Amino acid sequence: MTAAARPTPLQRLSSLLYLHPRLLLLLLLAPPLLWLGVIYLGSLFALLLQSFYYIDPFSGTIVREFSLSTYRELFTAANADIFLRTVLMAAAVTVAAAIIAFPVAYYMVRHASLKMKALLFLGVMLPLWSSYLVRVYAWKLLLAKEGIVTWFAEQLHLTWLLDAILAIPVIGGPSLSISYIGTFLVFLYIWLPFMILPIVAALERVPRSLTEASADLGARPGQTFRKVVFPLAVPGVVAGSIFTFSLTLGDYIIPRIVGNSRPFIGLAIYQLQGVAGNIPLAAAFTVVPIVVMAVYLVIARRMGAFSAL
Amino acid sequence: MSNPDSTAVSFSSVSRVFGEVRAVDNVSFDVGEGEFFSMLGPSGSGKTTCLRLIAGFEQPDAGRILVHGRNVEGVPPYERDVNTVFQDYALFPHMTVYENVAYGLMIRKVPSAERRRRAEEMLEMVKLAGMGERKPSQLSGGQRQRVALARALINHPSVLLLDEPLGALDLKLREQMQDELKSLQRRVGITFIYVTHDQGEALAMSDRLAVFNHGRIEQIGAPGEIYEHPATAFVAGFVGVSNLCEGALAQRLAGSTRPFAIRPEKISMLPASGAAPDGAVTVLGKVSAATYLGSTTRFVVALEGGGELTVVRQNSGGSLSVTPGDGVRLCWSRALMQPLQGPAK
Repeated sequence: MTAAARPTPLQRLSSLLYLHPRLLLLLLLAPPLLWLGVIYLGSLFALLLQSFYYIDPFSGTIVREFSLSTYRELFTAANADIFLRTVLMAAAVTVAAAIIAFPVAYYMVRHASLKMKALLFLGVMLPLWSSYLVRVYAWKLLLAKEGIVTWFAEQLHLTWLLDAILAIPVIGGPSLSISYIGTFLVFLYIWLPFMILPIVAALERVPRSLTEASADLGARPGQTFRKVVFPLAVPGVVAGSIFTFSLTLGDYIIPRIVGNSRPFIGLAIYQLQGVAGNIPLAAAFTVVPIVVMAVYLVIARRMGAFSAL
Repeated sequence: MSNPDSTAVSFSSVSRVFGEVRAVDNVSFDVGEGEFFSMLGPSGSGKTTCLRLIAGFEQPDAGRILVHGRNVEGVPPYERDVNTVFQDYALFPHMTVYENVAYGLMIRKVPSAERRRRAEEMLEMVKLAGMGERKPSQLSGGQRQRVALARALINHPSVLLLDEPLGALDLKLREQMQDELKSLQRRVGITFIYVTHDQGEALAMSDRLAVFNHGRIEQIGAPGEIYEHPATAFVAGFVGVSNLCEGALAQRLAGSTRPFAIRPEKISMLPASGAAPDGAVTVLGKVSAATYLGSTTRFVVALEGGGELTVVRQNSGGSLSVTPGDGVRLCWSRALMQPLQGPAK
């Protein structure tokens, strides 16, 4: 071996990067920053800009001038119904998902054996591997009047119960697949993994010694849960709720396939930009979920949801 | 310890098995009221499992545990009158220091004014007055350790369990905390059961200590007793440093093949021509290594006829200057040799 072999260009490059860590950082961060800054945020601002244009009511063309007339159009009673319907649905789905996800996540982290845990992870992830559309259509069939849910209710002589549920005003309907209940169930099914996984991640960061310390200091299991485990898992619940809430706010496929075809925000945007060609109003509509999410995050912060991070 | 009223914790033939491993294997001991009792042993020797059995995080598979005369079988941790200082402190990260300390009182629904008064008293006692509004993440390791101590002591437990509480601290702080813990224990008069793998710590703080190995207790006694009269080769080797002699070497030095231990600092080193006192055990050898350790120097001496002994000598000045290669005469009083049970390891 020669004592001073000439460095190859590759070796010289790695030395250069080693000696100039900022250069390396810049090289690594340039693509994601370009993507986030220019394409992602840029298109979002372009969208927001669109919402300040308006449609000329006579010619039907877009007038590229700053105006608040599109926002005046946005806040009509019919549109307020759409916002309310969507936000209530998103809130209901989020609360139900949190209630179902928490025990599952808790079991996975605290009690399940390694094998069981892997199995449960697979169970949570598996639906995400198949097509979203196929799953939604499958649910339409399950919930239909001729579907398996109705059949099951018949076998158990619980048809009266199903009828009673469907007879509830507003959320009921002729069948599960043509009611808010059906839309709610499908939303809940589709977004549940996005609630379970963040809660699992949060619970895994709570060391067992903390629950032992709480028991040691005299707290019964219920008290330990309320005072220690749950407060420390709240950031996970909030992270999950951001997913379920915002995904429900923006979805336009599920309410079209399962439900009573009353419009949700996503559906309204889809129709405004597609059929009606009213891009400014569609853009104004998209501002609504952004504002709702911003308000939600501020409230979550105020309530100390992130203080345990 | 025969009076049952003065026994804080009593183990009789307690075992705890995890799968194939007998973590605690037929262990019996009594801890007296107000005693500072240490459980010393290497990791995996069963000392922490014993502590968890007292706290109630584990249940014994066999045997009986009494806490103040009450059989605690099936009693959950939250109904036991003992509190624990955890190795990682286990402070609640979402609560302030004050909320952490007052946690036990809050659970027992002590009125909030009294809660605050007692928590402040406790914080003062552990020298953290005025830190109540901070979060644990804003404290140093030593401060967190004090919070954990205050949080456990505020409940006036009958027994305080400490699981290597000083393990994460640096040496200086550890020595300072040893003194503080010891004086704190005298002031509050609560029974302390202290788990550690640091023999120096156990010797310095305990009234009595139990040396654990492979889930069993090798020896129980006062620090001086354990150090001066180790019962087994394991204790002789784990608590302090010992020369373990057995077989032919033991035969040659002591006149019997029974293994024995001799502490390096008990061996005197004379010039090869020097005369040993009457009745002393004596042997000639050659210094093969000398390590300067500040206050002492450690010599390894190869003996004539095989074997070697370690000798430690104070660097007090004026004593015989010895360098590797020198011939020396070693001698010690017969009474300082400690006969051991079982084979040396």
